[in-house]
Amino acid sequence: MSGELTELYQQVILDHNKRPRNRGRLPTATRVAHGDNPTCGDQCSVYVRLEGDRIAEISFDGVGCAISQASASLMTTQVKGKTAAEVKGLYDAFHHIVTTGEAPAEISDLAAFAGVHAFPARIKCATLGWHAVRNALSGDAVPATTETHAD
Amino acid sequence: MPSVPDLRRDFPALLQQVNGRPLAYLDNAATAQKPRAVIDAIVGFYERDNSNVHRGLHALSMRATHAYEGARERVARFIGAADPTEVVFTRGTTESINLVARGLAATLKPGDVILATEMEHHSNLLPWQQAAHRSGAELRLVPVTGADAEGGLDQAALDALLTPAVKIFTFTHGSNTLGTVNPAAELCARARAVGAVTVLDAAQTAGHGAFDVRGLGADFTAFSGHKMCGPTGIGVLHGRREQLDQLEPDETGGGMVAQAGFTESRWKPAPERHEAGTPHVAGAIGLAAACDYLEAAGREAIAAHDAALARLAFDRLAELPGIRLLGPRGPRGGLVSFAFADVHAHDVVTLADEDGIALRGGHHCNQPLMRKLGLASTARASFYLYNTEEEVERMVASLRRVLKFFGAT
Repeated sequence: MSGELTELYQQVILDHNKRPRNRGRLPTATRVAHGDNPTCGDQCSVYVRLEGDRIAEISFDGVGCAISQASASLMTTQVKGKTAAEVKGLYDAFHHIVTTGEAPAEISDLAAFAGVHAFPARIKCATLGWHAVRNALSGDAVPATTETHAD
Repeated sequence: MPSVPDLRRDFPALLQQVNGRPLAYLDNAATAQKPRAVIDAIVGFYERDNSNVHRGLHALSMRATHAYEGARERVARFIGAADPTEVVFTRGTTESINLVARGLAATLKPGDVILATEMEHHSNLLPWQQAAHRSGAELRLVPVTGADAEGGLDQAALDALLTPAVKIFTFTHGSNTLGTVNPAAELCARARAVGAVTVLDAAQTAGHGAFDVRGLGADFTAFSGHKMCGPTGIGVLHGRREQLDQLEPDETGGGMVAQAGFTESRWKPAPERHEAGTPHVAGAIGLAAACDYLEAAGREAIAAHDAALARLAFDRLAELPGIRLLGPRGPRGGLVSFAFADVHAHDVVTLADEDGIALRGGHHCNQPLMRKLGLASTARASFYLYNTEEEVERMVASLRRVLKFFGAT
């Protein structure tokens, strides 16, 4: 296994892929958004229950590669209790990590995805769940599709 | 067929390392590599004869026209066409099918049926959805049978569906996802018996074995140059002459008009009526060189070689834990499509690439079929004349490492 591949498939990613957190449908969800990647058929639905302007509960389900599933799983653990503005800040940081490979020290878990930058075709996989949660928070009824996003 | 090591030397792209390993190119159903002879033919045209066709009286234009029409004759012989004028050059299979679908849509009315199958590539499904929407005709599909579509087309359903209301029956000769090869001659004959026009998607078969449009008997046959060692951007629509002459042109413009007036014009007969604008002259010449190359290699031998590699791959892959293999258990075309219970196709393809092995992962432009089979994507290995048994073994070894890596064994 080359250095680049072990960077891509970090232990954290393999772990989230094998044992996804917050997976399944959230019956109490007040917001739902669906994301898909038409090029490869990956799908991700994100369920959110808001309390005020904060995420009280969140879950996801879908099908996709290890990168997309682990990223959605990890995302759910990072955005709980956050406001839409805070989620936007995390997404921007995450996007910077997967497109440049540079990970600021303070965002330790998301840094696991730094290896994605060496595999440009996989950036869309990593951001799918993030697009879905942002759509859920904005109340956007339109499904998130990676084809309409710059990445 | 010349020995595979000799053949491989003809393909410059094969002589490279990917991620430090010799390239094993197993994505031939997507596009094939190009032999030196094809590359030289294209370069030669641009270096010596480059000019527009059918328009000039100078030496280069005459040479270019001669070469372009020579390419048409070459392709006509390659597919057993009755006459070169039955060969229309297009951008590829997709354009060929769209051209036919748009032309035939004008002949359809509500109550008519367009019959296709569940194993069609998007390029032989979406144009017919459009034709149905435009004309009010209904699009019906022959189902595939078996949990892994191993039963091929449902023959009983086909019997029931093939009524005189069917005006067009379109189907793929070889499935790019399942490896199924449909009995095209028999299906065309059955469709003809109810008066339907037949359209054959031969993208996966035209360059992979003996191929005779008169024996197959479709009214229209579509294929691409790039899947048979030719360049991208060139393909063929073969049509029986009377069908091509009746078909309304999809595009109008230079080169296709017999008599142009300010408000009305008359079209030339086929093939020119379907080739508006400056054609892809270099592409046609490259395709003709590919025909020469494949014929010299031996088309029956290529078919046997591809099928033997697919059989070996199928049997060896079947030994892997948690694998699901799609398509026929018996004879198949030169590809194998598979999915693992616990490892997604994209992860498979990324890790195989690390070993220098080029596979395809995804829905293979076959989304409705994948949905029916309960799959989001599969990985696919597809073979051609230059592939080897050793490459199959390397792929299987690589997949074992993939499964181990993801803890699936």
